[in-house]
Amino acid sequence: MSPVNAVMRRELRSFFVTPMAWVFLVIFLVLAGILTFYTGDFYERGQADLQPFFVMHPWLYLILVPAVTMRMWAEEAKGGTLELLLTLPVTLWQAMLGKFFAAWLFIGMALALTFPIWLTVNYLGSPDNGAIFAGYLGSWLMAGSFVAIGACLSALTRSQVVAFVLTAVVCVLLILAGQPQVMDFFSGALPRRLVNALAYLSMLRHFEAIARGVLDLRDLAYFLLSTLGWLIAGVLLLELKRVR
Amino acid sequence: MIETERLTRRYGHLIAVDALSIRAEPGQVLGLLGPNGAGKSTAMRMIAGFLAPTSGTARVCGHDVQREPLAARRALGYLPEGAPSYGEMTVREFLVFIARMRKLGAEVGRRRFDEVVGWLQLESVLETCIETLSKGLRRRVGLAQAILHDPPVLMLDEPTDGLDPNQKHTVRQLIDAMARERTILISTHLLEEVHALCNRVVILAHGRLQADATPAELEARSRYHGAVSFSAAGSGVSQEMLGRLPQVAAIEVDPLDGRVTVFPKPGARILEPVEQLLREQGLEVSEIQLERGRLDEVFRQITTAQEGAS
Repeated sequence: MSPVNAVMRRELRSFFVTPMAWVFLVIFLVLAGILTFYTGDFYERGQADLQPFFVMHPWLYLILVPAVTMRMWAEEAKGGTLELLLTLPVTLWQAMLGKFFAAWLFIGMALALTFPIWLTVNYLGSPDNGAIFAGYLGSWLMAGSFVAIGACLSALTRSQVVAFVLTAVVCVLLILAGQPQVMDFFSGALPRRLVNALAYLSMLRHFEAIARGVLDLRDLAYFLLSTLGWLIAGVLLLELKRVR
Repeated sequence: MIETERLTRRYGHLIAVDALSIRAEPGQVLGLLGPNGAGKSTAMRMIAGFLAPTSGTARVCGHDVQREPLAARRALGYLPEGAPSYGEMTVREFLVFIARMRKLGAEVGRRRFDEVVGWLQLESVLETCIETLSKGLRRRVGLAQAILHDPPVLMLDEPTDGLDPNQKHTVRQLIDAMARERTILISTHLLEEVHALCNRVVILAHGRLQADATPAELEARSRYHGAVSFSAAGSGVSQEMLGRLPQVAAIEVDPLDGRVTVFPKPGARILEPVEQLLREQGLEVSEIQLERGRLDEVFRQITTAQEGAS
């Protein structure tokens, strides 16, 4: 078994031995339901699709993902197991990927458990299931970006609380980057081109089309590249800690 | 084999390990000795590849820990300070995880698992969560983790720290049993451990190598080396006589129990003349002993002499 796989399985197991994982799953599912049916006007819209459900996902991840990723490296650094893990014959990349995949799979599980909403919408009408599938896929990809951010920032600190807060702050900034309020705030201070570039970093902007069930290659590339970028940053951070 | 060449590690302005060159060969148990904060753990962390050296090199079985980190780590079994392990896992899960990380394969993995578990007597706690284990058991789990892949080189950072005397004894027996064909580097600040385990000692203070010798050589540096001490009733008269012996440099009397220690002049053997003199004096000697030298004294000498200089 490859070390990536071994790390991933260990991490997944460690999620579920504490009640935390189950608590998060329940919170995620309850919140997903509430946000979709109440805030998202699921019924009132009178349309058989899951757009109100998907639109809420960035906000759900904002809470759930930092909670899942905060312990990833911070706990190991604090408990001393980091020294054990990193003196086993694994590269930093293998360890990072193992942990990343574990958290990403966990979010994927949470996402998959929202299937009753899909059943509901199929019961109520005849939605475009291809679009829904695309939405799920896009949402999971976006979750990957969030997880990578959390993985990187958890490597920065020994404190899980700090890791949680940092991750949540960075995520909220990235979600809001393209919103008019934020844009207005920056447009006075920064050159137009930079502001537009900033807007392009927005998670919401890239998720908008996906929530409607449209998988644009540029949006997918955005999420994949940002995932990769944050993972690289995380590995560099770990390497820096070794040298520092 | 472990070799380091001018291994150095700085934290800002602080030099934790300063140009350390040591060498441990198969069959050797090398003790890395030093007061707390001397740089023992930092040196070990560099050899294990957890910390990168600021300069210098370290090799494990010929593999440079910086250039061939994975090959070096495969040859090395390492017990970090405090024997960290994943508390939420059971002993079995933990060891299976280590076996997977080390790619032992199903058959070899199972065989080694059984051997190591039997050897460290972990059968009864296999399904217990590590965090609920006693300190001694946790240390044994850490040892099991370190030797699971049957490494030619073993590095143990304070393996008996915080254990009770019986547990210490068990751990030392294990290390002793493993020592034959392996290279073992242990760090400690316990001098008794040096006697019990090591056939060579490296003393560190302030990150620098202060001594590299066998325990016997270190003892020979002691003021007490070759000294004769005895307890006898009414030894007051004889002290003067002892002082007149040509080989004797000094005499000390323990104010508490009246035990007399006679120090020889350099190179002189004084056991026989002292015994003879005592017999002639007709003193009733309840016990007499030739001192080997006191490691703790040498240790203090070596590690504190530097403080004045730096």
